[in-house]
Amino acid sequence: MNKNPLSLQLNIKPEDFLPASEEEKESLVVMRESVSFWKDGFRRLARNKVAMISLFVIAVIMIFSFIVPLFYPYSYSTQTKGANNLKPMQYSEAEQAAIEAGEKVFPHVFGTDRMGRDYAIRVMVGSRISLLVGLIATAIILLIGSAYGSIAAFAGGWVDMVMMRIVDMIYTVPDILLIVLLSFALEDPLDALAGVAGFGWIRVVGKNMVSIFVVFALLYWVGMARMVRSQVLMLKESEYVTAARALGAKGGRIIKKHLLTNCIGTLIVTTTLQIPSSIFTESFLSFLGLGVAVPLPSLGSLCSDAINGMETYPYLLFIPAIVISLIILSFNLLGDGLRDAFDPKLKN
Amino acid sequence: MVKYITKRIFLAIATIWAVATLTFFLMNLVPGGPFMAEKAISPAAMAALEAKYGLDKPLGEQYIMYMSKALHGDFGDSLRQRGRTVSSIIFSKFPVSAKVGGLAVIVALCLGVPLGCFAAYKRGKVTDSIISVVSTCGIAVPGFVICTVLMYFLGVRARLLPTLGLTDWKSYIMPVIALAFYPTSYIMRLMRSSMLDVLGQDYMRTAKAKGLSQRVSLFKHALRNAILPVVTYLGPMIAYTLVGSFIVEKIFTIPGLGREFISAITNRDYTMIMGTTIFLATFMVIMNVIVDIVYKLIDPRIQLK
Repeated sequence: MNKNPLSLQLNIKPEDFLPASEEEKESLVVMRESVSFWKDGFRRLARNKVAMISLFVIAVIMIFSFIVPLFYPYSYSTQTKGANNLKPMQYSEAEQAAIEAGEKVFPHVFGTDRMGRDYAIRVMVGSRISLLVGLIATAIILLIGSAYGSIAAFAGGWVDMVMMRIVDMIYTVPDILLIVLLSFALEDPLDALAGVAGFGWIRVVGKNMVSIFVVFALLYWVGMARMVRSQVLMLKESEYVTAARALGAKGGRIIKKHLLTNCIGTLIVTTTLQIPSSIFTESFLSFLGLGVAVPLPSLGSLCSDAINGMETYPYLLFIPAIVISLIILSFNLLGDGLRDAFDPKLKN
Repeated sequence: MVKYITKRIFLAIATIWAVATLTFFLMNLVPGGPFMAEKAISPAAMAALEAKYGLDKPLGEQYIMYMSKALHGDFGDSLRQRGRTVSSIIFSKFPVSAKVGGLAVIVALCLGVPLGCFAAYKRGKVTDSIISVVSTCGIAVPGFVICTVLMYFLGVRARLLPTLGLTDWKSYIMPVIALAFYPTSYIMRLMRSSMLDVLGQDYMRTAKAKGLSQRVSLFKHALRNAILPVVTYLGPMIAYTLVGSFIVEKIFTIPGLGREFISAITNRDYTMIMGTTIFLATFMVIMNVIVDIVYKLIDPRIQLK
């Protein structure tokens, strides 16, 4: 049959119906891999120069505070006789004699303090304490805050009301009062606990430090709880929550599997921004003399000790002050970067 | 509106009561009492002292006694500063803190709001970046670092300003700068981001299209909308700054309420701790209520429930 020249019908031949060859199949495969939530976020983070620089600074400070002290020839509590109040890179008389005798003496990079302790190692150990407090306290806050906030929002109604009023109340109690009261109240129980095998670390860290953790656990989760609550309030109306409930999922499972995983962006950002504020609080308390136990340095207590000798030895004050500002600044900037990368909605 | 305010005031009173109760029992849980530090005190004298202040009675009775007195405005005598009532101490120390704090609040507002607006207005320009860097650093540097650095350069090195006490106007400069530093930076950041948000709104374009001058559209349309987040932050900020920063008062040896509070805690001056805590809590709660009402006045769209 001849085709009408005006027809729009295609010229189809029987070969057109053969199975596709491998080559043809390959051209249809989507070349780009699917981008997961994490990959997407980290890619955006990697493009943020400020955040990458702060990440680098944090990494350097971490190396100096956790790894370098292991190899450092001085210890934070050793008092060298005759080496009091040395200027940076200065040697004491005994050390000078040793050098002349051909021995190698490691220089006091930041000098020594009033008691003849090497200042560089004290600053390193001090920033280790500050970082540890920041990380541990933030972990506590993250756990309690996210659990409390999500339960309050998920339960709703009067449960939410009561739980949030408790949060308001905790917000109003002056934190310094609770810290001091708790450090007094916990003194005896902690002493008893330190005697028990396995809890000897309490004496090293200091009772004040443990009470600081307790206070963080009791007080500072409220901000996190508010943040998580507002997110969960929004998310719990989503269809997938209704679907999960229709399938018979229990409240705990919905919170863990659906709600908290969906506010992971907010959680990351709030946690990162919580770290500097925990470090801030610890240094503030140590500065007031309510922080770490005596031989152990913290950046706050180093600053506080250095104030009296400020006129003659200003570097003793400025070094820890710069380090603590640098730590807080980099965590803040990293937090901002993470927020832009993982939770662009929160930006303003 | 009236209903909302009554409800808020009722909630505020409940919060203050709860804070007071919490503090009372927590404080009494702590071992040791206010008269422990005094050496060589005979058991008889100790008992007499405790009886005088009612510390020998059971805790529940003490609580009821204290609360009923407090409701009548009587916060008792200080246990450590003999012969002075708690209210007289608070009212003699508070003005000192309030003067420094009030100045700091004014400085923070006068610098933070315009600079934040300016940064948003000049978005992406050099001025914006400079303001952003300054405010980011201001948030990151702890208060005691600012205090000590100021003290070193202005007080010790240049000998321009006195480093101790509050004697003349010069001695106010450093504490006020130190106190205002953080809130200023924070307000700058808040103001910048909310201003950027507002500048992108449709009504701003309408205002421009109508031919309104830049001045009117910025001050009348943009500022009024953009200032809301700052107002929210203002409540707790004013409460904290007026009552005094512990650090600033400690470093510059200012005889304010913050220092009094810390020494009361370490001395276990029960009545003083209670009085100051109730004062602080009341102050904060009142500030929050006022802020909520002001909020409504600035932005009529907000529905108060």
